[in-house]
Amino acid sequence: MVPTTDCCELSVLDLVPFGLADPVHRFFALRLSPPNWPDWKPGQFLMLRPKSFGQEFPWGRPLGICLIRPQHLICFFQVAGRGTELMAKLRPHDPVQVWGPLGNGFAVEPDTPTLLLAGGMGIVPFIGYVAQHPKAWNVSMLFGHREPLECYPVDSINEHIPVDTLRETVPGDLDNFIFTLQERIKEYASQNGLILACGPLPFLKTVQSFAREYHARVQLSLENKMACGVGACLGCVVRTTDAWPDPAHRNAPVQCCTQGPVFWANQIELA
Amino acid sequence: MYHPDNVGGGAAWLAEHKVKHNELAVTLTGPKHSLCLKNPVMTASGTFGYGMEFARFGNLASLGGIIVKGISLKPRHGNPCPRIAETPCGMLNSIGLQNDGLEAFRDHKLPQLPWKDVPIVVNMYATSAEEFGELAAELNAMEGVAALEVNISCPNVKEGGSIFGADPAQAARVTRAVRDNAPAKPVIVKLSPNVTSIAEIAHSVEDAGADMISCINTLIGMSVDLRSRKPRLANIIGGLSGPCIKPVALRCVWQVANAVNIPVIGIGGICSAEDVLEFLLVGASAVQIGTATFMRPDAAFHIVEELPKAMEKYGIRHLDDIRGMLALG
Repeated sequence: MVPTTDCCELSVLDLVPFGLADPVHRFFALRLSPPNWPDWKPGQFLMLRPKSFGQEFPWGRPLGICLIRPQHLICFFQVAGRGTELMAKLRPHDPVQVWGPLGNGFAVEPDTPTLLLAGGMGIVPFIGYVAQHPKAWNVSMLFGHREPLECYPVDSINEHIPVDTLRETVPGDLDNFIFTLQERIKEYASQNGLILACGPLPFLKTVQSFAREYHARVQLSLENKMACGVGACLGCVVRTTDAWPDPAHRNAPVQCCTQGPVFWANQIELA
Repeated sequence: MYHPDNVGGGAAWLAEHKVKHNELAVTLTGPKHSLCLKNPVMTASGTFGYGMEFARFGNLASLGGIIVKGISLKPRHGNPCPRIAETPCGMLNSIGLQNDGLEAFRDHKLPQLPWKDVPIVVNMYATSAEEFGELAAELNAMEGVAALEVNISCPNVKEGGSIFGADPAQAARVTRAVRDNAPAKPVIVKLSPNVTSIAEIAHSVEDAGADMISCINTLIGMSVDLRSRKPRLANIIGGLSGPCIKPVALRCVWQVANAVNIPVIGIGGICSAEDVLEFLLVGASAVQIGTATFMRPDAAFHIVEELPKAMEKYGIRHLDDIRGMLALG
């Protein structure tokens, strides 16, 4: 039976180590039985808490939703601590508590030239984005990564849109990537395009600084630490700027989980 | 079924449902005001937002009560991040009472809540007894507010907070200020476990006119990261909550319930219907679900549903049969 609520118990279909990831940065693709979330939007996330967390790990873990299809839900995670270490031991049929879809999702402007900027595992939400985009020929991607390309689910994207990839192996590569970012952001800003970015914090900061410099329309997807994912714990807050639409919350903390995780780059301060 | 001999037909079901309802209902009778709840399961302040955040996960009206995020006269931005950290069987927070302030609550949050169907309790915070009085007077005028919970136990603020909660005289002064300025509402005082004698503070607020006591607020804790050699909270220390504090909470509720004649609302690591019954057994009249809501957002709704089953399992026909009935010796 398909669960009908926003908080439901799903079961693991399978957990696959992704690509040739080294043991330090272990990536996994997690497939779950599908929840009944017909209004899901790319860029939204879910909270996942395996039953095996017991009482020892009280929090769920926020995971970007990659895709929801009638047969499954797909998300990805990287082992980063003891909780995700336990998640890496999930087996088919294991029960997991899941709540979502959470947050706001990315802007979709079908006729606007759209540039996706992904850093590392920040590529994940864009898989659903390009799959659902009504005019994918208006979308292109720049992907920066450290591990070999096989470690990332990039094939699910480049079957829809052109992807430029840049790998950082030696220090000069990063400068090259930053230069390319700058050029692409400048280019899209000049045609009033839409730019969406997802990746680690230093990457987002770089994107934000170019967004400011060229007055580009840029959305950033944040990955703040969260306990509840639904706006209650106030642990994931991000500080807004003068440009925040609601005057009562300008220059004030707002929840990343409910007001984001996708923010316009000019409306927030990155820590 | 709950009454196996009473099955079949809509009328029988309704009758059974009504019986069930009565068996779960609790009345908290204070010296001045009472609070009637359809069941003893409320949500703890700071873990349930302003309530509407959770409407998608269950029927708010099925809860015994909703205690909203602590409110101050003016909006507060709270402490710097990081301000939450996961710890074994619990968590630390140093939010610092970030809230939208009284006006935003009155004009935007409260009108959305189903306050006619479920008691809305406002947790309140101020930095002086005078300010507590001012806030109480404002809340006293709001029809949708069923009761006030006075926060004299927040460990994360420099002024007020647990400074009031750690001193019997100050605790009494704040309680009196709220009592005098909110004559129409039941006054609940929320106590801190970070004191030498919680019974002494409880006595003091009872004498000052509290209708009920809720306990416990968080314990003061700390967590560090060996790799970065930094504390995990920007505030360095914060409030510990979750299943790990349940034994401390049970002890406090038991001590307070034995020390005072007003109802006690138990808080601290409650994750299941069985946990609820344990708190009633040591003397609580009702409970609040806190960190369990972060373990799954429908925790409180789930516990309400499970409560009749747990009662049946332990042969409890009515909650009154177990309250304070701890078998000793």
